[in-house]
Amino acid sequence: MATTITMPQLGETVTEGTVAQWLKSVGDSVDKYEDFVEVSTDKVNAGVPSPVTGKIRELLVKEGETVATGTPIAVIEEAAAASASTGSTAPATSAPAPATAAAASSGPAPAVATERPQPGLSSNGSPATAVDGAEAEGALRGASPAVRRLAREHHIDIRAIKGSGTNGRVTADDVLAAARTGAPATTPAAPHVEAPDATRTSTYAQPIPGTTVTLTQARRIIAERMVESRRTAPHAWSMVEIDVTDVWKWRVREKDRFERETGYKLTLLPFFIRAVVESLAAFPLMNARFVPANGSTQASIYVNGEVNVGVAIGLPTNLVVPVIKHADKLSIKGLAIAAGELIEKARKGKLGVDDLAAGTFTVNNNGANGSWASAPIINGGQAGIVTMEAVVKKLVVRDDDSIAIRSMMNSCLSLDHRVVDGYVASGFLADLKGRLERMGPQGEL
Amino acid sequence: MAIVSSTSSTLMNNVEAVRATLYEAMRNDDRTIILGEDVGARGNVFLITKDFMAEFGEARVIDTPIAEASIVGIAVGMAMEGLRPIAEIQFADFIYPSFNQIVGEAAKIRYRSNGEYTCPLVIRTPYGGGVRGALSHSVSVEALFYHVPGLKIVVPSFPDDVKGLLNSAIDDPDPVLFLEHKKTYRLIKGEVPDGHYTIPLGKARTRKEGTQLTVVSYGLYVHWAIEAAETLEKEGLSVEVIDLRSIRPMDQTAILGSVRKTRKLLIVHEDNKFGGVGAEIGAMVAEEALFDLDAPIRRLAAPDVPAMGYALPLEEEYMSSPAEMAETMREMVKF
Repeated sequence: MATTITMPQLGETVTEGTVAQWLKSVGDSVDKYEDFVEVSTDKVNAGVPSPVTGKIRELLVKEGETVATGTPIAVIEEAAAASASTGSTAPATSAPAPATAAAASSGPAPAVATERPQPGLSSNGSPATAVDGAEAEGALRGASPAVRRLAREHHIDIRAIKGSGTNGRVTADDVLAAARTGAPATTPAAPHVEAPDATRTSTYAQPIPGTTVTLTQARRIIAERMVESRRTAPHAWSMVEIDVTDVWKWRVREKDRFERETGYKLTLLPFFIRAVVESLAAFPLMNARFVPANGSTQASIYVNGEVNVGVAIGLPTNLVVPVIKHADKLSIKGLAIAAGELIEKARKGKLGVDDLAAGTFTVNNNGANGSWASAPIINGGQAGIVTMEAVVKKLVVRDDDSIAIRSMMNSCLSLDHRVVDGYVASGFLADLKGRLERMGPQGEL
Repeated sequence: MAIVSSTSSTLMNNVEAVRATLYEAMRNDDRTIILGEDVGARGNVFLITKDFMAEFGEARVIDTPIAEASIVGIAVGMAMEGLRPIAEIQFADFIYPSFNQIVGEAAKIRYRSNGEYTCPLVIRTPYGGGVRGALSHSVSVEALFYHVPGLKIVVPSFPDDVKGLLNSAIDDPDPVLFLEHKKTYRLIKGEVPDGHYTIPLGKARTRKEGTQLTVVSYGLYVHWAIEAAETLEKEGLSVEVIDLRSIRPMDQTAILGSVRKTRKLLIVHEDNKFGGVGAEIGAMVAEEALFDLDAPIRRLAAPDVPAMGYALPLEEEYMSSPAEMAETMREMVKF
């Protein structure tokens, strides 16, 4: 029996999806729950699992093509039906299966013997090269403990070796041979890099001077959104300097125990977000969005009921802003774990549509690389974005005219001037500053 | 490892090697007693003790009733009080009534008496299939006993090992279960050094050296594994065959040394796969040498059915074969 797969609805408000990459080609087998296609919407690339076990019979949509949800994209021939159609036409009368004893006495098949992912097609439609993408990852997955150990000892990338074992498996001897010859001579990656200029291609992660970078779906959407936000929301900007000496001490006091107990690092971020959500509660207009006039409907401002804080995370190819939902309901500890989980997911490319949706305000930890001031662009549909800049020790003249060495951090705010004015914004920033300066040097996380 | 006191040797099969060793033990030590079903007047069903009763007398070669619990139970008492009994269970298939005497008594005496008593007892028994022995003359019992600390289990495959290992078993101060594969009794011949010698228990022997795969086996299957390995050698594939010889103590050093060299391990045995000796070997290697392994550990062993059937197809289905072993070895070497 053939099953027709339609473009899934990835997220509540999503009405269409783009086939980013087919992970299977026509004729490939696919297991139930195995991802067979990558669909991109918004900023996510999500793998779509097959609902059945079988063989891919047809791929109805080209890579890069965008179709409405519910549009058929592939046909999968289910496993039972596939064997029936190619084998006996009367399965009911076929001979019984061989006794299980035969299978048992012949010993188990090695678990990794035959399963290797098929290389997909690259985005320009040509077959992927031998050792990149899925197959290289397959080589890693199928690597035996001995191969892994030897590769580690000899600093050899298993993915760069052509295997001589069953189904191209990289064997321990292959690794040793590669170690002896210095560089893995059989690496198919080399010709890929050395390809002539005419076919040189560049990616955002590995830009090659003199070539054009094709936009990924995510890059294209970021570009559109940034222009849209810059064009529609008149940005205003403000900055405060915050004395974070005490909250920093609190963090330092707790961080080792916290990491031991939760597995996540305790950075300044959750303290900052905690202060932000408290300030948002004091200034609800900062947690709002401008709703432009539409036909006969007049423009308005919608004040959000929920406080969902987006956290900007930089990846090599693009920025992602996963959202901590109901951030105002979480303690510092809860925020640290929620942020830790999202950062981990982002780095592994595991963010789902839900992780990125419904943000009402954004925090950007821009100081990690030493920046002490920045003018961020507002995430469309929000009233503001606030940054954490680098924490720097400074000589500070205090209220009592004493001079002290204090840990100082700038915080910058971009705001949608349609929603609020400088009066509210500076009130918000002053409130945020006050809250952070009152935090620590100890307390309950 | 054989400690040989003579450079001359005699061609024997396994059954002759057992007989010669028992005869020597009876002659050299008056404390040696042989007891079991039909060991006396009949001279054992394989004629191993033929004429022993006439030569050594009814007090030292004892025909017992068909009562295995009594055979082992009496032998335990003899051993504790200073004799050197060699009890025979006519076929391993009949050993079950004596399970308590072996596991509950013999294996625990040294521990239970805080070393005051030992139990220098040998229990010999023919085991194994491939002889159309059907349900009650084909069984492999080693896995039922190898779980038990305090009990040594020896399974020789070659005549020279039969003699050296049986001598060690008789000398050993603790109980030894000595399993003789009945199909090898007359099938396997080899040079056996003359004179008294012993082979230490718990030492495996590499019967064929190789570099690409380690095969561990014991009993009849050692011979088949060697045959299969020789077939592969003609194809340019190099397989090492280790004859375990003792299942307990197990020569972990020999197994690990070989696996670290070849990086691949196949265990073949006639006993059932589930919970068999191969399970212990596989687990041990996974614990000790995981990062040397370049392929999943595999086992060729009997299926999970209650017994070896009498009908030839059932017997063949139950047992492996040199051809099947060769095919598995080939897959593993090439993996």
